[in-house]
Amino acid sequence: MRHSLMIAGLLCATTAAAQDKPVLTVYTYDSFVSEWGPGPQVEAAFEAECGCDLNFVASGDGAALLARVLLEGDSTEADIVLGLDTNLTAKAADSGLFADHPALDVSWSLPIDWADPIFVPYDWGQFAFVYDRTKTETVPADFEALAASDLTIVIEDPRSSTPGLGLLYWVKQAYGERAPEIWAGLADNIVTVTPGWSEAYGLFLEGEADMVLSYTTSPAYHLIAESDDTKAAAPFTEGHYLQVEVAAKLAGTDQGALADRFLAFMTSDAFQSLIPETNWMYPAVTPAAGLPKGFETLIRPEKSLLYSATEAAAIRDAALAEWQTALSR
Amino acid sequence: MADRAQPLSPGLGAGAGIAATLILALTLGTLGAVIHRAGGLGSLGPADWAALRFTVTQAALSAALSLLLAIPVARALARRRFPGRGVLITLLGAPFILPVIVAVMGILAIFGRAGLLNDALAALGAERVSIYGLSGVVLAHVFLNLPLAVRLLLQGWRGIPAERFRLAAALGFSSTDISRHLERPMLRALGPGIFVTIFLICLTSFAVALTLGGGPKATTVELAIYQAFRFDFDLGRAAQLASLQLALCATATLAAARLTLPAGFGAGLDRALARPDAATLPLKLQDAAAISVASLFLLAPLAAVILAGLPSLATLPAPVWEAAQRSLLVALASTALAIALALPLALAIARSKGRLLETIGMLPLATSALVIGTGLFLLLRGLASPAALALPVTAAVNAVMALPFCLRALIPAARDLETDYGRLAESLGLSGAARLRHLTLPRLRQPLGFAAGLTAALSMGDLGVIALFADAERATLPLQLYRLMGAYRMADAAGAAVLLLALSLALFWILDRGGRADAQA
Repeated sequence: MRHSLMIAGLLCATTAAAQDKPVLTVYTYDSFVSEWGPGPQVEAAFEAECGCDLNFVASGDGAALLARVLLEGDSTEADIVLGLDTNLTAKAADSGLFADHPALDVSWSLPIDWADPIFVPYDWGQFAFVYDRTKTETVPADFEALAASDLTIVIEDPRSSTPGLGLLYWVKQAYGERAPEIWAGLADNIVTVTPGWSEAYGLFLEGEADMVLSYTTSPAYHLIAESDDTKAAAPFTEGHYLQVEVAAKLAGTDQGALADRFLAFMTSDAFQSLIPETNWMYPAVTPAAGLPKGFETLIRPEKSLLYSATEAAAIRDAALAEWQTALSR
Repeated sequence: MADRAQPLSPGLGAGAGIAATLILALTLGTLGAVIHRAGGLGSLGPADWAALRFTVTQAALSAALSLLLAIPVARALARRRFPGRGVLITLLGAPFILPVIVAVMGILAIFGRAGLLNDALAALGAERVSIYGLSGVVLAHVFLNLPLAVRLLLQGWRGIPAERFRLAAALGFSSTDISRHLERPMLRALGPGIFVTIFLICLTSFAVALTLGGGPKATTVELAIYQAFRFDFDLGRAAQLASLQLALCATATLAAARLTLPAGFGAGLDRALARPDAATLPLKLQDAAAISVASLFLLAPLAAVILAGLPSLATLPAPVWEAAQRSLLVALASTALAIALALPLALAIARSKGRLLETIGMLPLATSALVIGTGLFLLLRGLASPAALALPVTAAVNAVMALPFCLRALIPAARDLETDYGRLAESLGLSGAARLRHLTLPRLRQPLGFAAGLTAALSMGDLGVIALFADAERATLPLQLYRLMGAYRMADAAGAAVLLLALSLALFWILDRGGRADAQA
């Protein structure tokens, strides 16, 4: 009985929050809204200036987020979806659920030109193999050197995780027709393929592999939060595949003006300065104060690889089949 | 016994009906919602059939090994008394209730490439061994499920009345004779059910199979479902794969039911078990070895998890403690609901002739968490905001997901109850609440305590459907643990894992203990 009362109490608490202020509902992925993500500070900063109630709704990762919006279709309560990446935007755009963003007067700090009518970037990162400098002395300079070495790596599955999919495209764009050959060469380096980033990174930290597929910014976390400078990302001469995280307004929103205001706020210093030390990615617009101390130690690969959203969608199944065949032998 | 179906009292019939309806709603109902949304079933490719083959192979191997290895361990625990035995039995159950990712980390700390085993081998100058592949998947599944098999078998041994062993001693039975006349019939009665339960648990394995499987060779059906839902948004194909899993579940459950033979020991006076036959030195050594090896295998990874997390336990951030409170509430609500559903269902199954109810009771095991989550989402979306429903829905789903385990614990005891006391109760006209109070509850106290403990612990550790429904303010402890990992905070995540382990074990211990407060154990 007491439990049902408590549950009833919880339900009341949620309805009570919805008062007369306009409510902007932002769907995002789970780690964005956690205590350790940007969510809580973004909410406080935007609510301080918008006279509204910013309501984050979280579901899983970026793929789960899109799946939810597609499931809900026209009847979705979301005004904004925040947290898709360029691997998902083609499917999102095809659904017709999203509207063009307002004109934004922004100079992007992205490694590529950005001119998408729907999706507004808020951060970006480059995939990279991260290693421990005290344990790995000879660092491979490209995929062929990695394949030839006896270094062990742990990677994520492209069928269930975005970094895994990023690696698939990385190899494909760098090597084209030769991609299956590269994967076959890497097969004996791969200790295992995990369902997601957390498992892979955890395995790496436990010492199960010499390198893990992560981001060039990962060493910054260890340096800044743990004063540990042993982690580094390996620069690859082929260039590094890019991940750009974006947000967009739903076409069916009843808070159009507020949603536009949020998208503009997203590119402001107040939002962007939170990104480096909560999402551990690069801000889409470098804040006036610059990047936090420690970020200058990171590698800055000059060459970035990225398929356009439509290309990525078009080659995905074939690239996936190549990957699966090469690693199943 | 099942030969003679007895009429159900109206109250019991209604309870069992409600339980069966709820299970069907959450399993077939949610699948139906997904199929409806997809507009039909999709088609399967060769990769899906390869995934199915791998899934069935690893699940069958894992289940067979778990069951076979559990027999000597449960027998040893059943016939020996030693200080700390109760605590050891509780601890040995721990791997079964660990969140998968924590269990995997514990296993790797021992058996991984940088684990203790390989360090020891390297120190001895031997080759390092890699567990990644089918062997790693099976090892992890045995680690996770051996505890369940041991506990269920231990109940089987407890279920053989001490009078039978006394009679055996009076007749001068050797341990071999006892094995043939008492233990084998018990194993024949319980074994198939335990095998199929573990087989079904492993059938829906996702993270373990993928992380330890070493690559796409180790693709399971659950991964294919995940991919279909998340990356292809192909609901039809997801539903087709999920239907395949349910069909496998029904087939396996029915096959197990056919192989199950009733033991028929009759009633006893519930005296403590004495085993004069087992007092010989070779048998003592054999039992000591079984208990030691199992303890080492199950407790070493657990110790690794605890050692890794203990330093951060005291400094865990506040949201983790709040999530722990929330998880405790959900676990208690799940437990109350699960017991309220399991008891009438188990009694109805014990009295019924057919296998339909039992098969329905096993369905949650083979249901993909993603299908339940997505289906419920589709079904409930029109009724209320998903975030508001997050905790009640999680409690209800956890209760239903734990039902197969509750039933496994309750059905054998409920069958014995019917065989041994059913006719007496009928002749005394004992029915309704009086029968429940004076006969059913006292006789089923032990399995009920065990089932409640198991449900509470499983609910504590289950990520379940919360990930699809929760918003920032309503995270449970397992979700918070994943969030910490996702935010690079592996040390805090390890601390949260210890907290989760401690709370789950405490819940299990209290409830299980409550079930055998008066037992001489």
